[in-house]
Amino acid sequence: MPEAKPSNTLSIMRMRLGSPQTSIWVQRMPEPTGADDKRIAIEARGIVKAFGQGPSALRALDNVSVSIRENEFFTLLGPSGCGKTTLLRLIAGFEYPTEGAILLHGDDIAGLPPFKRPINTVFQSYALFPHLTVWENVAFGLQMLGKSKADIEARVAVMLKLVHMEELAQRRTDQISGGQAQRVALARALAPSPKVLLLDEPLSALDYKLRKEMQIELKRMQNETGITFVFVTHDQEEALTMSDRIAVMSRGKVLQVGSPWDIYDKPADRFVADFIGETNFLKASVVSIENGVARVMLASGTEIVATIAEGFQPRDSVTVVVRPEHARAVQQGGQLSGSIENVVYFGTDTHIHIKLDSGELFTVRQQNSRTQSCGFKVGDRAGVEIAPDAAQVLRD
Amino acid sequence: MATAAETARQGETETIRRRWLLSAPALVIIFVAAVGPLFVMLAYSFMARGDYGDVKFGQFSLDGWFSVFFQRDIFDDTVTLADAHLSILWRSLRLSLITTVLTLILGFPTAYFIATRPRHTREIWVFLVTIPFWTNLLIRTFAMQQVIRNEGVINTLLRALGIIDQPLQIMYTDWAILFGMVYVYLPLMVLPLYASMEKLDFRLIEAGYDLYAGRLSVLWRIVIPLVKPGVIAGSILVFIPSLGAYVIPRVLGGGKNLMLGNLIEMQFGSGRNWPLGAAISITLMVLVMVALLFYVRNASKSGAQHG
Amino acid sequence: MAKRHFDIKAQPGFAFLAMFTFAALYLPIATLVAYAFNASDSVSIWGGFSLKWFVEAWNNSAVQDAAWRSLVVAFFAAAIATTAATMAAIATTRTEPYRGLSFKYAFINQPLMVPEIVTAVALLIVFSRIKVWTGYSGLGYLIIAHTAFCIPFAYLPIRARLESMDLTLERAAADLYATPWMAFRRVTLPLLRPGIIAGFMLAFVISLDDVVITEFVKSGGQDTLPTYMLGQIRRTVTPEVNAIATAFLALSVVLVTAFFFINRQKT
Repeated sequence: MPEAKPSNTLSIMRMRLGSPQTSIWVQRMPEPTGADDKRIAIEARGIVKAFGQGPSALRALDNVSVSIRENEFFTLLGPSGCGKTTLLRLIAGFEYPTEGAILLHGDDIAGLPPFKRPINTVFQSYALFPHLTVWENVAFGLQMLGKSKADIEARVAVMLKLVHMEELAQRRTDQISGGQAQRVALARALAPSPKVLLLDEPLSALDYKLRKEMQIELKRMQNETGITFVFVTHDQEEALTMSDRIAVMSRGKVLQVGSPWDIYDKPADRFVADFIGETNFLKASVVSIENGVARVMLASGTEIVATIAEGFQPRDSVTVVVRPEHARAVQQGGQLSGSIENVVYFGTDTHIHIKLDSGELFTVRQQNSRTQSCGFKVGDRAGVEIAPDAAQVLRD
Repeated sequence: MATAAETARQGETETIRRRWLLSAPALVIIFVAAVGPLFVMLAYSFMARGDYGDVKFGQFSLDGWFSVFFQRDIFDDTVTLADAHLSILWRSLRLSLITTVLTLILGFPTAYFIATRPRHTREIWVFLVTIPFWTNLLIRTFAMQQVIRNEGVINTLLRALGIIDQPLQIMYTDWAILFGMVYVYLPLMVLPLYASMEKLDFRLIEAGYDLYAGRLSVLWRIVIPLVKPGVIAGSILVFIPSLGAYVIPRVLGGGKNLMLGNLIEMQFGSGRNWPLGAAISITLMVLVMVALLFYVRNASKSGAQHG
Repeated sequence: MAKRHFDIKAQPGFAFLAMFTFAALYLPIATLVAYAFNASDSVSIWGGFSLKWFVEAWNNSAVQDAAWRSLVVAFFAAAIATTAATMAAIATTRTEPYRGLSFKYAFINQPLMVPEIVTAVALLIVFSRIKVWTGYSGLGYLIIAHTAFCIPFAYLPIRARLESMDLTLERAAADLYATPWMAFRRVTLPLLRPGIIAGFMLAFVISLDDVVITEFVKSGGQDTLPTYMLGQIRRTVTPEVNAIATAFLALSVVLVTAFFFINRQKT
């Protein structure tokens, strides 16, 4: 059996070299049990980041608190300017918070410079050193940590293998493609075995097909290395497919933290519902509440049933959200009625836009059948049938 | 432990302090050997002249400034305008302006020509302009002398063609200075012009022709307005050194056709009137500053237009 | 008849004027170089090809002396100016505007704004007094005067290089455990190298070319090549001056060509 390398002080994983049959990351952390499952890698506590001073200061982050668990693929999702990149830069140490603390395994690191944090970053532009080769780029962090030559060579070889770049080790970084640069950036950031890996929209420069491939690759590497990944993106689809948990951000605040399923199916507020996927919004007022289920009256006068959170009162005016795929257009019946405004064919499904009698617009999405069309033409009358449990009440 | 916010603030002050330390050597050298002496000279212009050059140190006098513009008759003390100085000032301004216009007339088509070459040959043309630009000014002046001398290329050629039988006397005239300045400062016009023409979007010219403009309208209404920053920059870059020219009038103008630069030198040499020399120097500097201010105002205006 | 295509980029007469300009730029230089190889003693009569004026200039101890002095002054001035300019460029780029930043810009570029003759006489005033006070009249005055006006030229390409440099590269270095000093040494400095070399060469050429300031600052017997030539041109003109000028020209062309290629280098 090959001897196990002494573990890197910064490392939370062990690697065994020499046996090509075994995976590169042979041994992961001992399987977490019970309470350990909830061990926090990074915690941002009450973070405020203001640019400028006085009342005109721009609050890029406004009292943000997030806990990121060990070994998880955590995504910061939001439109540009929502503060997600600022939060990432605070964790990396490129900026200092105006208020609040950043804890790494319980120690406040908010005042440490980036080169003293066991956290590495994959930059949006990759930031590969143009005067160094691929090999030298990957070795850089290890050299700065003062590793021995032999350690560095072994480690770089492993990393290049992990990202399938062994062949191009001696290339200069301006002689490789975008996808390859991305892999080198990843290898470089992973080489020093950081406790947390930060990824700042790393896929945004790649074309669609390569992006899809890299999404799977990234997920695989996260699994193999067991390192906590903090991923920043504005692409909700990317976030939903890759993440263990997602924090949705807007205007410097965290609106909701949860699993992709939570975020999509139980959006905490209107912004989240709107930002993640397509949604129909209907004005309504609460009639009665019972066991987390409310009867609400829509603008048309129809009453429907919808799930509701704590803290609502009867007669509150609210918004009811319904996902397009959770409703169906029907010839007769349904809770809502209106006329067909547009029918858009999408291959796998068809989007039917209906102008409700209340004046609101409603979209339903239904699967196409192989044998027949949806059966509606523009101008037809139609009803909308909302699936049970599909409607959810949100604050106005 | 200091809070993160404190660390950040300390870091900022520390960075700015380091930035001052880093720039200190450059600032000190320029102060000692460029800016500081100008202030000393300003002080000198208000002192009495020494008998053998230099000044009577600390002895206040306005004579230097007085004699920039006026002269006092030795016999009857009447004060008249200093014709000699004013005519030199006028010659400097006139020659500098003509030089600017001539370099523009030659430089604009040249820059346009280079900018419309295919990308790979463009660099070669630019290089051809750069070579004379970096060639010693004295050597270029000397080269021009060889062309316009009585036995020089122009006269030899004209005589060989039988157009003249007596050589044209170009050397030691204002023409010689003009030839020299246009020749020496031409690259200073072409390079900034080219820099702004290189950025010219030629689809705009296509659009101009598409909208029924002729060649002249395209040039006048599209190209020139778009490269105006380059025209202004080039004109300033030519005008300012022309105004302060010293070597060119000294070599090509002989002793008779002085410009401000030579007038200044005279006061520190044979004239032995340092306060006057200092006062003329400051006058020249003020003229240059006015030209620069004009440039800055126009540059920021056209910058705002395109910004 | 062949149809002429309409060339949208053409303007009537522009090509002709451009050709005239290039001819005008090179004709005088060509004349000067041609006469340097003239066997005749006079600059006006062509007496066949000869290298005798080059030999004469080479063996002229005054020329040797001036040439050596030019190189020494240019080397020290360029070296000091490039060092100071590199530090200043690092201090003045890639930052939020801070108090005094525009003052620094103005100060560093000041030698470009003032006519040389004005700086020259101002230096004459100050240095002549210092020479009397200290008794020292060595090359130091020339070197510091040259350094001052070389700084803005050295500063230019270095600053340009720094400003086009991706800030995230140094951030990446810090992220990979490089201390600020290591990040500077291993990332910033190697990337800056072409700019520094270009700045040094510009400064060297500028110092080598200077006539006016040197003429006023030099002490007796401290001719540089340009001031020596200025003295010669005023006296009788022999092709020896052409030979010196031609050699000088060749050096400039070599330096400019090298500068041109270094500047084109992307990294």
